[in-house]
Amino acid sequence: MSANEEKSLVEKFLQENVLFLGPDPEIMNNHRLAPETPEETVALAKFAVADELNLVRHKLLTACNESFDMVEQMGAAPGAKWGDLISGVWTASGDLALSSMGGVLLFSVLTQHPVKFILKYWADDPTVGIREGDIFVHNDARYGNIHNTDQSLVIPVFHEGRLICFTGAVVHEGENGATEPGGMPSKAESPFDEGLKMSPIKVGENYTFRRDLMTFLQNSVREPKLQLEGMKSKLYAAMRMKSRIEETIAEYGVEAVTACLRRTLTDTAEEVRRRLRTWPDGKIRQTVFADGTLRENCLVKICLEMTKKDDGLTLDFRGSSPEFLNRANNTVLASAKGMLAQEFLTFVWPDLPRNQAVFEPMTVITDAGSVLNCSPGAPNAQSMMTFFPSFTAAQLAVPKLLYSAGERSTDIIAGWYNMIVTFIYGGLNQYGELVGNVCADLNGMGGAARANRDGEHSVAPIFAPMADIGEQELIEEEVPMMKIVPNRVMKDNQGFGKYRGGHGYQQIATMKDTSMWGFMCCAIGSKFPSSHGIFGGYSPGTYPLCKVRGVNVFEVMQERRDLLRYTIEDIMNERPFEGARYSTHHMGLQLEFAQPGELYMITQGAGGGYGDVLERAPEDVADDFRDGLVSPRVVADIYHVVLDEKSGAVLADATAAARRAEREARKKRGKPYDQFVKEWVTALPPEGLPYYGSWSDRAVIHRGTPHDTCPGDAIVSVMMPDPKDVRIAELERELAARELAG
Amino acid sequence: MSTRIAITEYLSIDLESERWLCRVCDRDIAPARDNYKRGLLVYDRDPRDIHDPKLDPSRYEYTYAPDPAWCRIVEFYCPCCGTLMENEYLPPGHPLTHDIELDIDSLKARHLGNANGKGA
Repeated sequence: MSANEEKSLVEKFLQENVLFLGPDPEIMNNHRLAPETPEETVALAKFAVADELNLVRHKLLTACNESFDMVEQMGAAPGAKWGDLISGVWTASGDLALSSMGGVLLFSVLTQHPVKFILKYWADDPTVGIREGDIFVHNDARYGNIHNTDQSLVIPVFHEGRLICFTGAVVHEGENGATEPGGMPSKAESPFDEGLKMSPIKVGENYTFRRDLMTFLQNSVREPKLQLEGMKSKLYAAMRMKSRIEETIAEYGVEAVTACLRRTLTDTAEEVRRRLRTWPDGKIRQTVFADGTLRENCLVKICLEMTKKDDGLTLDFRGSSPEFLNRANNTVLASAKGMLAQEFLTFVWPDLPRNQAVFEPMTVITDAGSVLNCSPGAPNAQSMMTFFPSFTAAQLAVPKLLYSAGERSTDIIAGWYNMIVTFIYGGLNQYGELVGNVCADLNGMGGAARANRDGEHSVAPIFAPMADIGEQELIEEEVPMMKIVPNRVMKDNQGFGKYRGGHGYQQIATMKDTSMWGFMCCAIGSKFPSSHGIFGGYSPGTYPLCKVRGVNVFEVMQERRDLLRYTIEDIMNERPFEGARYSTHHMGLQLEFAQPGELYMITQGAGGGYGDVLERAPEDVADDFRDGLVSPRVVADIYHVVLDEKSGAVLADATAAARRAEREARKKRGKPYDQFVKEWVTALPPEGLPYYGSWSDRAVIHRGTPHDTCPGDAIVSVMMPDPKDVRIAELERELAARELAG
Repeated sequence: MSTRIAITEYLSIDLESERWLCRVCDRDIAPARDNYKRGLLVYDRDPRDIHDPKLDPSRYEYTYAPDPAWCRIVEFYCPCCGTLMENEYLPPGHPLTHDIELDIDSLKARHLGNANGKGA
């Protein structure tokens, strides 16, 4: 046997004896389109009339929207009910070509990975295969999608024995058997704390689920009925889309479908390239900071250098924080790309078809082992805590290129509020059933200000332009949570600016009629704002989690309705419930069992402001004051507007004088740049500030202290101490000091 | 033909002179190939000035106001008209960001085109 024959024999043996088919970097790191197949070439040649392609595209898109509605109506998960899903059609190569208009568009750019895994590994595997009627599901984010709480289901569509495409849906199902209920465990310290770990798996044939596998999956989660129901609704939606595709084939021919799917992708990519060519060439830099891991506060740097050159856009995140090997805030690179694509899909070019080709001309660069490109050993259930900030960095950078671009499809916009401020819950509901999930009112993020108008209040999440926050009365029918103040817009909670960001609402929650109920929260931005304004507009503020414990408000208020307060500020400052414990915290709350009538209170954030506050029309400030949106302090000290005390009307001359005075004050207190830099910039991060990421040199990564560093191209993962151990050590030091003092 | 291109709400670039200008008062700020911030006045603001505590700071750690030991607002003003052109939320001492670095030659080619003899 020659050396070459021996080598190929060894390679064949190794190929046939892979001990574990883990996430495939070749699939996971590639967001570009698969090469055109011979079938697609033939179809494109046969079916090339633009108007007919458009007809077919709309037919298929209508099928996506129809199946989206089906899942939304049939799904049992709160996420499904309020639009946290998409349904779509993937090409025979696994690229998502069309998806529903509503729902979580974030999915649009990261659902292809599990389909490509199925094609690469299962198609020719004699123990699996891909046949008509097969059903595949998946949820492990390391194989694609956002996080393990999302479950995808796809079915192959055949025509005369040939694979034409896949149809399916991805839904935020919630509960998945993780270490905490609800599917997004911020307490996870390894991927094995994150619940179900479905690599792409065949769970049924002949459009029927295998009962043994279904039982296994149900047995692995806290809500077995939800698991079944979620899979069934996704299957029926996929089958409906399959029927629509068959109808389209009958009407237009199979080439029409194949050509339409391919052309939709390539046309989208080409249109993105054309639009990018209208942007100026150059570099934009933007740094944002996440202020915690959800277990503890620390500064997690996310830095972006965005380079536009000709028809390409490169997003370079090198220098960002290292990964946290025992925290859930790490992001799989493919998930980060999905979120970044959201900026372009929703905020820059909402008129483009929803598919993964929108991101085709983009390139993302990261440090391997950083928080935006974590290793498979790092948990990622709360990846939003780093990929939302990466989105914000992009959202703040884009206007600096878009403002002078040759054409725009949307208005220039500031930073949308970017955190999921809501409650995750777990426990026994009023019917004695074990449940765990998330409330959909996370969707009420404050809208950012635009170049020509104010942001809308609590309007939509950054990842889904069309989603709902749910009906409180319906929610109360299923779970024992009550919102004694459900969604009340908070005064002064706006990103100040020439145009102001939309306000966020407050929620005051409690529970009753249950013997076991716990709350969780998963948002950052309690010490350092998480989103920002642009062109001088200010950020939203910071937001605490507030609690009132040791009281049952239902009992106390039986005779004393007057104790009720309608804002968090009034409850926390006036402390109407005698003997109760009032406390504030950052918004990372791991499962905490509450007692009936105790209060948990959070505030949805505001959108960032646009432009200088002194340019805000005084009449708009007066309107906001009249509407109870801003306090006298904000009117006077932020906007420098003078209102008539009685009528609330603008006093024009006094306002002009106040604004002139503020402009002069700025010039007096501002220092020349070089002098400021000399006095301000330090060589290292401050002592005592838990700082992660680069400081002045992107190649040097700090690991929590000024002097603990590693190179950006050889990141050393961070292991955080247990916050309880940290607290115990603090108390022991305190005790020792007291003992020493006698 | 105007040679001024609006780059942000408050900044433009004059392609002929290759200078950053204030769009509110026309003040010449800095060379267009340099960091425009070098021509502005800069102020280190306590974030509580803007985002004031809504909860009693003597009672609570988290009050709706950013922690000034973690976060500062660096404000950039036009030295002539006092317009707040930009701001950055940074940890104390963090290097300032050179945020806009455009390819001026490409920008000139795009907007001045053949009229300037530099190609379309």
